[in-house]
Amino acid sequence: MSSTIAVNTSSAIGNAAAADTTVPVRIAVKNLNFYYGDFRSLKDISIDFYDRQVTALIGPSGCGKSTLLRTFNRIYSLYPEQRADGQILLDGQNVLSPSVDVNELRARVGMVFQKPTPFPMSIYDNIAFGIRLYEKLPKSELDGRVEEALRKAALWDEVKDKLRQSGMGLSGGQQQRLCIARTIAQRPEVILLDEPTSALDPISTGKIEELIEQLRSEFTIVIVTHNMQQAARISQFTAFMYLGELIEFGPTTKMFMNPSKKQTQDYITGRFG
Amino acid sequence: MDTVLYNPAATVTAPAPWGRVRRSRYVADRALKVICTLFTLLGAFVLGWILLMLVVEGIGGLSPAVFTETTPGPGTAGGGIANAIVGSLILTVLGIVAATPIGVLAGTYLAEYGKTSMLATIIRFVNDILLAAPSILIGLFVYMLMVQPMGGYSGWAGGVALAIIAVPVIVRSTEDMLRLVPSSLREAGAALGAPMSTVIMKISWKAARAGMVTGVILATARIAGETAPLLFTALNNNFWFSPTLMGGVSNLPVTIYQFALAPYENWRELAWAGALIITLSILALSVVARLLLKKDKVR
Repeated sequence: MSSTIAVNTSSAIGNAAAADTTVPVRIAVKNLNFYYGDFRSLKDISIDFYDRQVTALIGPSGCGKSTLLRTFNRIYSLYPEQRADGQILLDGQNVLSPSVDVNELRARVGMVFQKPTPFPMSIYDNIAFGIRLYEKLPKSELDGRVEEALRKAALWDEVKDKLRQSGMGLSGGQQQRLCIARTIAQRPEVILLDEPTSALDPISTGKIEELIEQLRSEFTIVIVTHNMQQAARISQFTAFMYLGELIEFGPTTKMFMNPSKKQTQDYITGRFG
Repeated sequence: MDTVLYNPAATVTAPAPWGRVRRSRYVADRALKVICTLFTLLGAFVLGWILLMLVVEGIGGLSPAVFTETTPGPGTAGGGIANAIVGSLILTVLGIVAATPIGVLAGTYLAEYGKTSMLATIIRFVNDILLAAPSILIGLFVYMLMVQPMGGYSGWAGGVALAIIAVPVIVRSTEDMLRLVPSSLREAGAALGAPMSTVIMKISWKAARAGMVTGVILATARIAGETAPLLFTALNNNFWFSPTLMGGVSNLPVTIYQFALAPYENWRELAWAGALIITLSILALSVVARLLLKKDKVR
């Protein structure tokens, strides 16, 4: 059984471009701890995310991969019982520092969620929402930015004739691409994806994966995924987490072909998790 | 390889006593269904009776004069309830215009800011008490607060009394509707760098809009038929009231109350007509509220 899965997994490796360790580090996490109330859910995490590379966070449910993702834009701070300590350096600046404006941070670090979250407004206004928050643009320029974002999210051709219709009327896969378009319209530096395809069918998933591959040239991407084949297909780096700890981190090819830790090997081959 | 893992014939030796168990359960099952249906029919029958009586008695009294002439004096033939209809409209609008911003903003506080905090819990509790408070108490309260100090009855006092009744209804419906907005939508707004005020005004309110409007409409329907709080505040007026709304302001509920008990046939007819008009207006408001909610679900 396990060998079959391993073969399937490795056959997917090599589809994505190889890891490039010569590029600069965009996000450096140092000794990060995270607490839900009294429960410590991230234990002393230190990890680097490289510029314009896709890094996949994998691990069994509850291992802390989504929690880690949610620290990069401090979205957890919406909930008063959640807190983080340690350092997350985005271009050298600690984003956990109270002096960093959380809304500016979130404009620089975009996020796409597991379930598509179109706002109850038109497709156009969904995209323009984030741009309008930080830029006052004349109508023609705003139109251009909306089109650019929808084109980059490979959604333009499907929605160009119904920009004034509600975003809630799109299919699940289209809604998710709308959310990605909304995020990139703000021109962030980093994009966080929290299991972006787990609510989608295989065809929509394929489209989103292609999209991620294209977006890599412009954005640093961190993706949480439950699907190891997906991690193998689209990422350059992979981090394996277990029970709030970072077990192993490295280039995706090495992580899947020749992991250093037995736990990683076991998880990847489907022996547990 | 042909081993049968489960053979029911081998495990069941004697037929189970199906009959006894099944009959008693069947009887209880049917009995509950019959009792529930009977009591539902009883309730529907009483409601239908009231409506039917209202239509039968009220439709005869409906004439153009009802909408054009003022309430007749004792012993005078004819007359209408135009002043009461207009007065009721003004009082209801006053009440709802005053109550809506307070109710919506307080409901927003409870759902978006206060949540489970001490203050929010206390406000929610007090609001529930107010929601169930006898409306005559609210009339008395406004009597002491406004009628006594101002030296007389007024439409303003009536509007305030109705607003106090509408506020808890709107607070409750606003909070309930905002809590139905998934937190993932708020997170998505915050993740774009939107401050909380923008998330609330542009996303939460927009997502909950139909439900919130419905709450306001139902509050309007509720206060349109209130009598007790008006007895101590706007009182009534058998003539056209002052445009400043000082002094008694004629209104449908109190007019119905006075006319229904009067010894004059034309007064009683007008009371029926007034009751039919209020009921139909409330029915119309409720239908609009339902349509709004339905439209929102389809979208």
